[in-house]
Amino acid sequence: MAKITMREAISQALMEEMDRDPAVFIIGEEVGVWGGTYAVTKGFYDKYGPDRIKDTPIAENAIIGAAIGAAMVGQRPIAELMTINFAFSAMDYIVNQAPKLHYMFGGQFKVPMVIRAVGGGGRQLGATHSQTPDAIFAHFPGLKVVSPGTPEDAKGLLKSAIRSNDPILFIEHATMYQVRGDVPDEEYLIPIGKSKVQRAGKDVTIVTYCKGLELSMKAAEDLAKEGIEVEIVDLRTLRPLDMEPVLESFKKTNRAVVVEEGWKSYGVGSEIVSRIYEEAFDFVDAPIIRVAQKEVPLPYNRTLEQAALPQVPDIIAAVKEVLK
Amino acid sequence: MKKEQQLDLYYQMVLIRRVEERGAELYQAGKIGGFMHLYIGQEAVSTGLIAAREPRDRVITAYRDHGVALNCGISVNEVMAELLGKATGMSKGKGGSMHMASVEKNFWGGHAIVGGHLPIAAGLATGDQYAKNDNVTICMFGDGATNIGYFHEALNLAKTWKLRILWVCENNVYGMGTSVERASAVKEIRQKAEGYEMKNSRIGGMDVMEVYEAAKEAIAYVRENSDPYFLEVDTYRFRGHSMGDPERYRKQEEVKKWQENDPIGIFRKHLTEKKAASTKALDEIEARVDEEVNKAVEFAETSPEPTMEDLFKDIYADN
Repeated sequence: MAKITMREAISQALMEEMDRDPAVFIIGEEVGVWGGTYAVTKGFYDKYGPDRIKDTPIAENAIIGAAIGAAMVGQRPIAELMTINFAFSAMDYIVNQAPKLHYMFGGQFKVPMVIRAVGGGGRQLGATHSQTPDAIFAHFPGLKVVSPGTPEDAKGLLKSAIRSNDPILFIEHATMYQVRGDVPDEEYLIPIGKSKVQRAGKDVTIVTYCKGLELSMKAAEDLAKEGIEVEIVDLRTLRPLDMEPVLESFKKTNRAVVVEEGWKSYGVGSEIVSRIYEEAFDFVDAPIIRVAQKEVPLPYNRTLEQAALPQVPDIIAAVKEVLK
Repeated sequence: MKKEQQLDLYYQMVLIRRVEERGAELYQAGKIGGFMHLYIGQEAVSTGLIAAREPRDRVITAYRDHGVALNCGISVNEVMAELLGKATGMSKGKGGSMHMASVEKNFWGGHAIVGGHLPIAAGLATGDQYAKNDNVTICMFGDGATNIGYFHEALNLAKTWKLRILWVCENNVYGMGTSVERASAVKEIRQKAEGYEMKNSRIGGMDVMEVYEAAKEAIAYVRENSDPYFLEVDTYRFRGHSMGDPERYRKQEEVKKWQENDPIGIFRKHLTEKKAASTKALDEIEARVDEEVNKAVEFAETSPEPTMEDLFKDIYADN
């Protein structure tokens, strides 16, 4: 085991897969000469050259459209969106083209493409550059949506995503590139579509993913000092959604809090809570609480921005509430 | 062009016409659902264009795709069955009129979002460039698609990356019911290609031989120079934009005027005048087409519906 950052984990996954499979190439804005706006592909251009590290114009439709086309004819493009907020410019490709092509043409086309996109708030980038719109993308059958919360998961899931024959949106968090964690020394893959218990506990189940995992782990540590043992289930993949570990945990604790960074309305939490009520209603001992972003466009001002984003104390308060 | 090939082009054009005439009847009878956009009047464009390609050259088009599908070599049975939504259609009844494709025939669809397939075409060509082959991607679209952002992103990328793409704009005068002059800042669509320093030309699209010759030349240019080419083809759809178009935007005299230049009539005249074929030989081709289309309708009507199992099939390619 080596302790590495999220950035290193993602970078290693990309490099290992590029070394393994010549069909893999990277396409996006500033991925090459610049080295990636979050420095994930630093050094790639020198190692692999312009054919495999394709700098593009600032044109998201061209980037994702071209990645889809190249994938259809057998290549394995990894398209990078500088931020997930730019995904809206290419929305047609991400939700209306890529996820439909296999099904709509009777299974003839395959789209083995990964879209890496950086999301999340907390960097004072203002309302249009700070969103966590993951739930929107998870709405569409045919697309797979992955969003890891640890370096180990990021590396293993990204490698699986690159080897998948389906279009995958891989969402990273802008404030998590320096998060460190243990990663196995030997090569490994983590299957897409599998939730994981990241912390064992008996009192309350927290269901979360990505940034929510980081916050929930901190909250769990504080709660443990008060004798409250929280179990944390990390979704890791939003579609296809693996509810098994969530339900298993809930049937044990009978109480749950769902933590996400996106807005509460129509969000990931809405889905998880509904599924628990639909599939484990007899086990409910207290109303399930959602911790999420306040329903405002995220402001620039640091104090206001932090007030709008879910924080560790919000999670602690929610856990105590469901235990009442 | 050899006589046999010319007769084959005549066969293909008549085939498209008859398939769509029968399709229109079946639509009126309620046997075909959704949107259906007929290619009648434009047959010479895709017939001439696709005759000029090598089998390794890729074709991709918009939703007015029945003719393109047939030209690419997809069987009449599969086209008709897809129109009727049957399991034996080439998209297994899940695509319908606007979503025909065949990987085997190098036909990459059948795309229903206006302009949306242009960046995908750039992607097909990017894939080929990455594989270091010299395949050409032929991307067809209407005049209406040249006013949307996708078009400009795709043309810019194609020229910047020197992709092997032949862009073919079928200028049929109207994007749905809005004429080119009401929708486009420039009268000649090919002027937009000038903006990207892309080699281009404008040709007539009612004479299949004119289209074939121009396409042959353009494809050769693209292949040899690894540089995109933009071909604007003037044509006209004799029917409405889709079934159930009230056609308030054009006068019947205008339609009649274009119909006097029916691409099938023009080619028939060309073949008989050049003594490439007798009237009798052409009549025989038409009779053969009629029979083939009748059989295809029967095939489609007696084909099975997709099953409830198929509903959940092929959402993902991974198991």
